[in-house]
Amino acid sequence: MNFLAIGTEIAIALLMLIVLAADLLLPKDVSHRRIGVISMVGLAVILVYTFGQYHIGASPTFFGGLFFVDNYALFFKQLFIIGMLFTILFSLEYTEKLLRYRGEFYVLLLSALLGMCVMASANDFITTFVGLELMTVSFYILVGARMTSEDSSEAAVKYLIVGAASTAVMLYGMSLVYGAAGSLVFSEVCRNIHLFYAAGLAGVIMVIIGFFFKLSVIPFHMWAPDVYQGAPTPVTALLAMGSKAAGIAVFMRILYTAFPILGNFWLPLLAGFAALCMIGGNIMAIRQTDIKRMLAYSSIAQAGYMMVGMAAADLAGMKAVLFYAMLYVFANLGAFAVLTVIDTERGGTSRRDITGLAQAAPLLAAVMTISLLSMAGIPPTAGFAGKLYLFTAVVERGYLWLAFVGFVMSMISVYYYLMVAKAMYRDLTPEEAEYAAPVYVPLTVRAAVLVSVFATLGLGICPEWLASLTNAAVQTFMR
Amino acid sequence: MNDLILSLHRLIDMGMTMAEELGTPEIILAAVFYVFAGISVLGALGVVLGRNIVHSALCLTASFIGIGCLYIFLSADFLGAVQFLVYGGAVAILIVMAIMLTRREDMAHSNPSRSIPHQLAALVVAGMFLLAMAAVALMSPFQTAPADIGDTVTGIADLMLTKYVLPFEIVAVLLLIAMIGAIILAKGVDES
Repeated sequence: MNFLAIGTEIAIALLMLIVLAADLLLPKDVSHRRIGVISMVGLAVILVYTFGQYHIGASPTFFGGLFFVDNYALFFKQLFIIGMLFTILFSLEYTEKLLRYRGEFYVLLLSALLGMCVMASANDFITTFVGLELMTVSFYILVGARMTSEDSSEAAVKYLIVGAASTAVMLYGMSLVYGAAGSLVFSEVCRNIHLFYAAGLAGVIMVIIGFFFKLSVIPFHMWAPDVYQGAPTPVTALLAMGSKAAGIAVFMRILYTAFPILGNFWLPLLAGFAALCMIGGNIMAIRQTDIKRMLAYSSIAQAGYMMVGMAAADLAGMKAVLFYAMLYVFANLGAFAVLTVIDTERGGTSRRDITGLAQAAPLLAAVMTISLLSMAGIPPTAGFAGKLYLFTAVVERGYLWLAFVGFVMSMISVYYYLMVAKAMYRDLTPEEAEYAAPVYVPLTVRAAVLVSVFATLGLGICPEWLASLTNAAVQTFMR
Repeated sequence: MNDLILSLHRLIDMGMTMAEELGTPEIILAAVFYVFAGISVLGALGVVLGRNIVHSALCLTASFIGIGCLYIFLSADFLGAVQFLVYGGAVAILIVMAIMLTRREDMAHSNPSRSIPHQLAALVVAGMFLLAMAAVALMSPFQTAPADIGDTVTGIADLMLTKYVLPFEIVAVLLLIAMIGAIILAKGVDES
């Protein structure tokens, strides 16, 4: 048994238990920041450790190949850990002020991270399902973690019901695939020709629909706006970057390794839904006045962009998806760090609440603008490089129309992203003078937003660094 | 637990010999299957359509028991026993307790259903899904396992502690998290 293969997961589980114990030992009225600090230090150590796991030869597996630690999985694990690390960093203040169960909040964050890491490595349907459930169950609770807010509870219940329904669909699909193919392991499922029978096809379709629910692909997106808006802001950030990236990681692995022989069926499906997401997400985002709600629709569109890369179904497309997922994490970190501060200080995240931010906190306004421009794909930021990779990959595979849709929709998205910038930078009327009062920005938030901005701009100016990492990641994909 | 499983075994054997004596095992087996399947599906429908939430809880228990019978029918005796004990027993009681603790004066309209158009739409969608799945089931040849799979407890234990040891361990973490979540959500905002 190769325990090194599951080293990351063991470390995260241990860290979770340490945090849980530390929370019990800590007196009630003491600041819980130190628990956040313990989590961050632990995550930083684990992040460094994962870099040492990159390899060139055969990938380590755990127990009969059901758990696969290839570079692809490592890349996604690093993405989740980075996202989680910085989310904890910028939400220390928020957690302390607005949440009732602060220690448990960190425990649940870490368990969600554990679920994501398991998903990234899973090589059979059972491990996938268990990892997915660990992540989503943690998120159900996290979404409702703001006990005093009715929106938060409503969002949690909605998420629970829709999540349970989508899980049922996915599970039914998995059992049909098992009935048709006689195995739950991806590499064995793909060899079984019975997948072409009606039961196999129905199973594959249901598994895909289940993932569409989790990725909030239109028309399975109805839960996303309410949940994103109601959830505590740091949790919304994690839903947008972690949960979505984890879904994409395992969805891509299932499509490419378990169902490749059905590619002719699901490739057009994927392309069609990608277009639907990009069009619907961007158009519906225009009318939103709450920034979190707007980012929910924008995240639907972003999932569409990533599905464009998946529709390319080759190494270039995969690299592009990986690249885009990582830069989306940095863009989200910036935007949600700012929203978290706004939510803590001004008690809301509507467009009104960010009025005059350029005067109240110039740093935050600048970070927000740069992050949103990166999501829109404006040149000096990483978003441009990411979209360039995605669209070139898909054009080379003959989907010119898809790239065209993506291009036009990116242009449209600039409008609503800049509406936010306008609200922050416009001159204040005399009645709004109160919005110019300086906003307290904790040092931790400054650190988090500076990292995100440097990463966003750095990756935009020289994308080679991350591109070489994504190269390494796809090289060992399922070898 | 062991006694339960043994008696279940005996029950199944008795049924099989009876079916063979009658000379038409397939028809009887099919009839038994449809009875159990009917109980589970009708029970599930009762949960959704019942006006009184206590009736819904009872229907849910019936549905659980129907599914447990189906497990036993498929020779998954251990799963069937677990289904009876955990779902038919513990979960059902918990649900009823939770309903009672919410302290409602009148239970008659405690499970409000949607308007007629909504119900019709749900009926149409469910019917279409049923038709599609029936077509799928009829059109695809399933590979069937041998009828006698022997001792299922050992088989399940073997799989859980060898091939699927990692998912098994992760489920442990999942249960811990669910417990923590249930506690903090149940405690809510109140101090003490």
